[in-house]
Amino acid sequence: MAVGTEVAFWILAVVSVGAALAVVLLKDVFRAALFLVLCFFTVAGIYVTLNADFLAAVQVLVYVGAVGILLIFAIMFTRETQHGSLFNRLKLPALLFAAVLLGAMIYTMTATDWTSLGAVAEPALEGLQEGGTGLTASIGEELFSEDGFLLPLEIAGVMLLAAVLGGIVIMREKE
Amino acid sequence: MSVGLEHYLVLASILFCIGIYGALTKRNAVVILMCIEIMLNAVNIALVAFSKYLAEDVVLLSGQVFVIFVLVVAAAEAAVGLAIIMAIYRSRRSVDPGDIDLMKG
Repeated sequence: MAVGTEVAFWILAVVSVGAALAVVLLKDVFRAALFLVLCFFTVAGIYVTLNADFLAAVQVLVYVGAVGILLIFAIMFTRETQHGSLFNRLKLPALLFAAVLLGAMIYTMTATDWTSLGAVAEPALEGLQEGGTGLTASIGEELFSEDGFLLPLEIAGVMLLAAVLGGIVIMREKE
Repeated sequence: MSVGLEHYLVLASILFCIGIYGALTKRNAVVILMCIEIMLNAVNIALVAFSKYLAEDVVLLSGQVFVIFVLVVAAAEAAVGLAIIMAIYRSRRSVDPGDIDLMKG
């Protein structure tokens, strides 16, 4: 991996963890939402370091553009009764649980011998196309080919339609 | 030590645990939804990292395709979840999950 990519990874990793901590710890809900948007941006950067440039663009469009705005709308609508984002009485047990889970996950991920499972230290990027399209064309072929993910893609489309209709029905004022 | 698969996986687990801590402890339903989004993002990082590193000679794209489906589900979940929160807020004037105890035995 190139030195520039490594530096970018470390900066993005630190910023994303800091932004996620700010989301959980800040009392002001609106600031927490803004830090969540920053976290989404850094995750998009991490996708770029993983050669997933299409996903980085989709991440910015869907998360920063749609989900972030939706969350900020919801915060503004429900602002009157809020007294900030407080902790409930599970604060300490949940911290213990999260710490134990984190330890177990980090131990599992560092102790597993990924090379025996087919992992490579420096993957070859043969799917990359010339002309700067990256893996985008390959993802498109994978998604829309008959022996690829065409049926799940159609089901995802139907599910999005159902979600939109459900949101409208739930939000509608009762007569 | 150069950045490899383990680094991405450890970053993903740190983000996931921050998200799970927030989702368990917050008293504001909107913030709980935000923490769930952080957890989904952490899983996405792990999926993309696996799709880059867990292949012998070519890039396996299944991981990236899975991330697209996770994104679709996350967007639908945010839309429906926020609609439910707003509907509850309209009838009960509260977004604290502790106040919503209609189905408590």
